[in-house]
Amino acid sequence: MKDLFSGRKYFIISLLIIATLLLIIKLFIIQVVEDTYRLSADNNVLRYVTQYPARGLIFDRNGKPIVTNQAAYDLMVVPAQTGKMDTLLFCSELGITREVLVERLKAAISYSRRAPSVFLKQISAETYAKFQEKMFMYPGFYVQPRTLRKYSRPVAAHLLGYVSEVDEALIKQNPYYKPGDYIGKLGIEEAYEKELRGSRGVKIYMVDVYSRIKGSYADGTLDTIAVQGSDVTSTIDLDLQEYGEKLMKHKTGSIVAIEPATGEILALVSSPDYDPSLLVGRVRSENFSMLQADTLLPLFNRAFMASYPPGSTFKPLNALIALQEKVIYPGTKFGCNNGYLFVRCHSHSSPLDLEGAIMNSCNSYFCQTFRRILENQSYLSVSDAYEKWKKYVNEFGFGRKLGSEFVNELNGIIPSSAYYDRYYGKGRWKALNVISLAIGQGEIGTTPLQMANMTAAIANRGFFYTPHIVKTIAGNNRIDSAYTTRHDISIDSANFEPVILGMEAAVNGGAGATARSAALTDITVCGKTGTAENPHGADHSVFIAFAPKEHPRIAIAVYVENAGFGATHAAPVASLMIEKYLRGEVSEASRWKEQRILELDLIKNPLPDETDN
Amino acid sequence: MKRTINIWQDIDKVTLFLFLILVTLGWFNIYAAVYNEEHTRILDLSQRYGKQFVWIIATLVLAVFIMIIDARFYFFFSWFIYGGIVLLLLLVLVLGKEINGARSWFEFGQISFQPSEFAKFGTALVLADFLSKRRQDLTKFNVIIPAVAIILFPVLLIAFQPDLGSTVVFFSFFLVLFREGMSPYIFVSGLLMLILFFFTLLFNDIYLELGMTAIAFFLAWLATRKLKVCLTGLGIFIVVTALLYALDHYVMDVLGGKMIILISVIISGLAFAYYIYQKKAYTVLIIYLFLFGSIIYIDSVDYVYSHLLKPHQQERIEIMLGFKSDPHGTGYNVNQSLISIGSGGWSGKGYLQGTQTKFKFVPAQSTDFIFCTIGEEWGFLGSLAVIGLYLFLLLRLIILAERQRSVFCRIYGYGVAAVFFTHFFINIGMAIGLVPVIGIPLPFLSYGGSSLWGFTILLFIFLRLDASRTEYLI
Repeated sequence: MKDLFSGRKYFIISLLIIATLLLIIKLFIIQVVEDTYRLSADNNVLRYVTQYPARGLIFDRNGKPIVTNQAAYDLMVVPAQTGKMDTLLFCSELGITREVLVERLKAAISYSRRAPSVFLKQISAETYAKFQEKMFMYPGFYVQPRTLRKYSRPVAAHLLGYVSEVDEALIKQNPYYKPGDYIGKLGIEEAYEKELRGSRGVKIYMVDVYSRIKGSYADGTLDTIAVQGSDVTSTIDLDLQEYGEKLMKHKTGSIVAIEPATGEILALVSSPDYDPSLLVGRVRSENFSMLQADTLLPLFNRAFMASYPPGSTFKPLNALIALQEKVIYPGTKFGCNNGYLFVRCHSHSSPLDLEGAIMNSCNSYFCQTFRRILENQSYLSVSDAYEKWKKYVNEFGFGRKLGSEFVNELNGIIPSSAYYDRYYGKGRWKALNVISLAIGQGEIGTTPLQMANMTAAIANRGFFYTPHIVKTIAGNNRIDSAYTTRHDISIDSANFEPVILGMEAAVNGGAGATARSAALTDITVCGKTGTAENPHGADHSVFIAFAPKEHPRIAIAVYVENAGFGATHAAPVASLMIEKYLRGEVSEASRWKEQRILELDLIKNPLPDETDN
Repeated sequence: MKRTINIWQDIDKVTLFLFLILVTLGWFNIYAAVYNEEHTRILDLSQRYGKQFVWIIATLVLAVFIMIIDARFYFFFSWFIYGGIVLLLLLVLVLGKEINGARSWFEFGQISFQPSEFAKFGTALVLADFLSKRRQDLTKFNVIIPAVAIILFPVLLIAFQPDLGSTVVFFSFFLVLFREGMSPYIFVSGLLMLILFFFTLLFNDIYLELGMTAIAFFLAWLATRKLKVCLTGLGIFIVVTALLYALDHYVMDVLGGKMIILISVIISGLAFAYYIYQKKAYTVLIIYLFLFGSIIYIDSVDYVYSHLLKPHQQERIEIMLGFKSDPHGTGYNVNQSLISIGSGGWSGKGYLQGTQTKFKFVPAQSTDFIFCTIGEEWGFLGSLAVIGLYLFLLLRLIILAERQRSVFCRIYGYGVAAVFFTHFFINIGMAIGLVPVIGIPLPFLSYGGSSLWGFTILLFIFLRLDASRTEYLI
């Protein structure tokens, strides 16, 4: 039988070969030419789980933990991987409503279907434990361990700051941060954010289509380990801090204690304050609003954000400047007749020398001293003399940020001569126009931190280190050189002695000494009272002190708002703080003082406004 | 003319070798596709590779059995086999177990059985028998029609299941008809229908029809080389179309674009008919008939597609044409398949290292999408090797078919080659997004007892016939 169509086999063979070539070409394109599929494949099976580092711990100067970490769990969801599940059980286990579930899922989907987003933040360890057993029933959900802050004592909130989640604005500004990251806000948490935050790691898991983890990718060789943040040792003495906050309870005001030899802040109290654990975890935003609404401004850090007139605590500074400018000598005496011109003074013996003037806090003496500074013939004008005075004042750290780690430190106000030129007209103002500066009143504003720093500089007889709150980072004491640089003040250390004698006498002197309420047995406290005029109510009680007189270990500034004379409330607080720090505890002899301060409730029972109108 | 043969000596060892390689490769890939670190024992009957292992052993026994039976059995009993399978196809519509909306499987406890896999060799045998007896005069319609009926009868029954994939395979027998003398016009028509089918879905029908008309005039010019005549014809067509359009647009407003074209092709056709009759220009007639047929066909496809196909069937076709790209929607299978094959790159991720297939991103990865495992784990080189093996097998089958002295054996051989080719091209083609997702297995590689047995029977009957090619002249 003849095969007429034998030739068609070639057509058929060609057809097979062409079809096969088509397959090969397409394969070559998708396997060799294009690499989009490879990328899709990675995203398909790899789940990048961020390994959040634990934040560094914060210790006090004696190694006591202030801030530690506690475990919390974020429930994450990958919308694309979710599937059928018992939503009723799911909601009841997490304690959420169905509406919340739906709403959160929608939000997650609108962020990304494939990328994980936080479904429920910071679920507790107990909820997590219960939930974890049933995790397999909820495809697409997994738990991301996080750490939250835990505070050993409910103190030092202002000093420590808090930790919150980064917001979108910040992510845009600083690409280091990714949604879900935590960031320190205020205090040590903000100032040492870089050290405390550590570095994120990423663990790459392989997951199947049901998003079940099937093991680590490439045996974990591509994983990076989260590095825990560095531990930070603060300069704070936790016991002293706690004690200071206890003393300031029911009062508004601030205490700043500094170690003069180093500039290390020993305690930094701003009252009223709050329990730092209020700003941890899911309750944070709610509590934050509550604290924000509080009329006593517990979130406001008075220690370096409030500016008060220093009052008489400024007198030692004017004395130092006058001595350095040689317009007075320690023996220079001025009379006082219950005041000087329009500045009134209280009754005391007269005339007084410098030591006596400081001891008695004589307004006349300092007005006359201040006149001599400004009317110094070595300068061409009052204005020039004023600028010279201002230079000294600035050297002590007034009128500018001291440069501590706290980012929102206030400048304070020391007006320039130009300010008075504008106010009175150029060359039209005399010493008497600005005489209130002599006694720390008038157009002058200082923060408690600045006052404590000035006290430290006096205690050091002419130098200070910028106040700071961190001693070591990760056990390494090479902190920022800004805090180890000595700032010398251009006043001879010899000039400090008479002033310090006056401050010693103010506390320990006989009749007329203004600050006897600050005296301690066996410890020579040198101090100066002050009353900051307050146009809004009772005057603020101010006291600065350092102790002991030789080799001082603590310099302190105390502001008790609306508490009247410095001697009545601020001085006992300062002395209790000094004693607590130097002795470790308050002696029997001081118990009555302590009792009186603790019982004082200026919030419930404010002092009457005695300001002369 | 008879001499005794030794089956082991006369069996085509090249094909046998290719068969063994493919079956072995298949098992290793099924193992990789369902690989699970908790079940690594080869003979774990709870796992697919364990079951497939049993199927492979059974299929080898079956192959030996087929080789032992006298070659004449297949020749004499072809109609009985065909009839038996048709009976099974009828029975499965009643007794079959419904899976995914189709009654394609008998289920006996643990074992399932798919009669359509066996209908292929039955059809091939009967087609061979019919054509060899009719002296293969496929130029005549009285031969073509029963031959097509032999093919379409099982197709009809399978379409009732419904199993789109398996029905497509039976159309491969038209390649056999072509080889045996069926008019190339019918074959070309078939191919044209296939191409137009996709074009209809891809492009605006009206432009497509106008394009077809333009091509027809160009072809007419090529055939006649009479520019004036062709342009006159084109002019008549344009005038008629314009008149109809104006009439429809301003007066009737019932026809619509496609109807206008159809009517103007008919009316102009009357004008051409005179010319064709006068000049006996039969080439032009053929071109005209093709054009007319195409336009009818395009309209019907459009109608079938929009009105008769189920939405999920429409979707499958749309995915293949790239209309849909939502990775989580309907294109999921193809997308995942592309991702896994594409991620294999040049040389693949290595055996058992395929992340896509291992973690079950690809559905049906041990059956219809088994090629994903190959593509991902062995890369382009591995895929090339597997495709090469298939091409080698196909060409070998054609060489074997061509060396047959009996027409029956040659036709059967072409039938085997055509079925394997269709499975091979469509299965790999759909995995790499070249053809729509049509659920048919890759011969010898895909998991499944019925398909493995079906292909083994198909192939080994041919090897048995080939071994006996010098023994009988049937």
